[in-house]
Amino acid sequence: MDVVMLSRLQFAVAVFFHFIFVPLTLGLSVILVWMETRYAATGDEFWKRQVKFWGRLFLINFTLGVVTGITLEFQFGTNWSRYSEYVGDIFGSLLAIEATVAFFLESTFIAVWHFGWDKLSRRAHCVCIWLVAIASNTSALWIILANGFMQHPVGYTINEAAGRAELTNFTDVVLNGYAWGQYAHTILASWALAGFFVLGVSSWHLLRKSHSDFFHRAFRMVAPYTLALTLILALSGDEQGKAVAQHQPVKLAAMEAHWHTMNNAPFYLFVWPDPANQTNSVEFLGIPSLMSWISYGSADAEVKGLLDYPPSDWPPVSEVFWCFRGMVALGVVFLLLAFAATWQRKREDICPHLLTGLVWNIPLPYVAIMMGWAVAEIGRQPWIVYGLMRTSDAVSPVPASSVSISLLGFIVVYSILGILDIYLLRKYAIKGPDAQEA
Amino acid sequence: MLETIWFVLWTLLWAVYFVLDGFDLGLGALMPALAKTEEERRMVYNASGPFWDGNEVWLIAAGGVTFAAFPTVYAVMFSTLYAPLLLLLFALILRAVSYEFRNKVDSPVWRAIWDWVHFIVNLAACLLLGVFFANLFMGIPFDVNGVYEGNLLKLLNIYGLAGGLFFLAAFMMHGAIWLTIKSRDELQTKALAAAGVCWVAVAVLLIVFLVLTFFCTSIFGNYLRMPWLIVLPALAVLALLFVPRFLNKGHLWLAWSASGLFLICVTFFGVMGIYPNMLISSTDPAATLTAFNGASTSNTLEIMLVVALVMVPIVLLYQFWMYRLFSKPVTREELESDHAY
Repeated sequence: MDVVMLSRLQFAVAVFFHFIFVPLTLGLSVILVWMETRYAATGDEFWKRQVKFWGRLFLINFTLGVVTGITLEFQFGTNWSRYSEYVGDIFGSLLAIEATVAFFLESTFIAVWHFGWDKLSRRAHCVCIWLVAIASNTSALWIILANGFMQHPVGYTINEAAGRAELTNFTDVVLNGYAWGQYAHTILASWALAGFFVLGVSSWHLLRKSHSDFFHRAFRMVAPYTLALTLILALSGDEQGKAVAQHQPVKLAAMEAHWHTMNNAPFYLFVWPDPANQTNSVEFLGIPSLMSWISYGSADAEVKGLLDYPPSDWPPVSEVFWCFRGMVALGVVFLLLAFAATWQRKREDICPHLLTGLVWNIPLPYVAIMMGWAVAEIGRQPWIVYGLMRTSDAVSPVPASSVSISLLGFIVVYSILGILDIYLLRKYAIKGPDAQEA
Repeated sequence: MLETIWFVLWTLLWAVYFVLDGFDLGLGALMPALAKTEEERRMVYNASGPFWDGNEVWLIAAGGVTFAAFPTVYAVMFSTLYAPLLLLLFALILRAVSYEFRNKVDSPVWRAIWDWVHFIVNLAACLLLGVFFANLFMGIPFDVNGVYEGNLLKLLNIYGLAGGLFFLAAFMMHGAIWLTIKSRDELQTKALAAAGVCWVAVAVLLIVFLVLTFFCTSIFGNYLRMPWLIVLPALAVLALLFVPRFLNKGHLWLAWSASGLFLICVTFFGVMGIYPNMLISSTDPAATLTAFNGASTSNTLEIMLVVALVMVPIVLLYQFWMYRLFSKPVTREELESDHAY
């Protein structure tokens, strides 16, 4: 393998592994805010027990999110030095702002929250989790603004003499609509993921009738919240699809395996793309004009096909297509589950099949979120900055052997840590709340 | 001018990182020497428990600022020093995990494994940071295209190794003093003794390092051109001399502050010594990157300066508050609570 592919693989390993932990941090922090605010307001020990139980899972998850994030900041320099040189004037500042504005706040107050139960008043302790939630969700904003620049670069000019992109308008970079759309979709997905996590863990206990009251109340609280989030998430996905259609038509064509430019483009429920022959081997159950409508909001809009572009500008079609389909299909599953959970939440005997389904569903939002990012990132190929710089021009001048060794190191270390982390999360999720907590 | 301001700020971020993360890294490297029983080990873990995470962010800030203010330096520095940086990264990942995982499974074997991991990765991180900075002071072999012309072993030269050992000793001293603040009784006595031993090592290694600096680098050139900079090494030596005095009188916080000031002055001594260079090429002077040819546009530097001048004092303020909140020695009751490491 060449150094470009190895570096891409290494970045993929690093970023996907990081993103196992991030969404739960983002989402669970909000649920913890909700629970601890109830505790702070009422003094009801029940909510303190809830905070302590979910908080322990939160902390186990949090640590790995933090340390795997440092990897990413390093990777831009170690493996993508040409890229860093080319866009550092814009991209670097977003990462630096993330660290100073959000990450310090998050890392400092998570520790105060963790160790400060006996040192702070109820209200002061509650403020800490508010700060953690605000900081982690702000941190995501700056990172996605940076990613948004790679997807839809704005606010820059090319300085030919210096051979790099230079910042001209910081406000444009920060108000990049494409990036805000991505942010909304990511945040909603992360909050929904945490909702399903709480529903899943609660369901496990409800099935076994352990701590029934404790987990039933968590279930009741979170079910409608998760349903609302899943609904808005679908709407934001639709918005994001339209933004992709407008700014990255090749990505859209790959997402839909859409080869020929046409008006009134239909949407096929069943498609099997065949990129080698530049066609689809199966196209079945087409809904007329639906693709035009979901992409541009009008039934007769023209949707560009892949064949309008040179194949050297295509992303890998099958990967992008299947990840997109997979994400949408899982989205439908989530809607059904969230709807059923909300419907049944007040019953003393929630349907055991639903509970079993919610337990098995715990990993699925993770899969969906990964697929979503795969669409965004693989779909951006062959560009590292869309339309501006190709991924193959961005890689560091380091020997392939170095990257092979570090890639192997990441795979080994991350696999071990991933397994241990899941083991610990499962252990403490199953253990349930401590009974005698004062 | 903006470039020079950022050069100083960049140095300051690294210096603060060494002062803050230096003590918990050094303490981790001292763990087997200091803590013999399970209770002592947990005391040591919890002595840095609430702090390591917030401390580590200073490294992320230093890295982020390198990227934002000096993108070309960031690109060439991180890709040429690929191997040591990735090793540092793995060390920091495992360091964090050893805190979080160690006490989560009730098994002596599990704990023993994480104790070993904790010791080795902290030791490695101290050494690597020293090797890294010593090589920055001396220069590394790379060409005008930013292609590194050496390997990991090339960085482990005599000066790099001296830098590694010096950093290790300084961080260990800093960590031992921290433990005198955060512990009582027997463990505190041991920490005091360790701080004394480390102090001697630091003093010896400082002399060795300075002599080697004279032969291996051109750092002293700047001090001849700008004699007022001598205040940096003078202050470093003065701070170091005050450490045992404060320790003997029981002024533990003052001793720790003196040791912190020592780290700050040493960092500034080295980095101001290479100014305006940031990454010196030992093979091709034309490839050397400076605060001027490696910087961002003044537009970006100005925006970042506003952010830094507003945010860094705020961060220092709330971190100071949190250090005060957790300034008392770790107690046995705390170890029994469900949230201790």
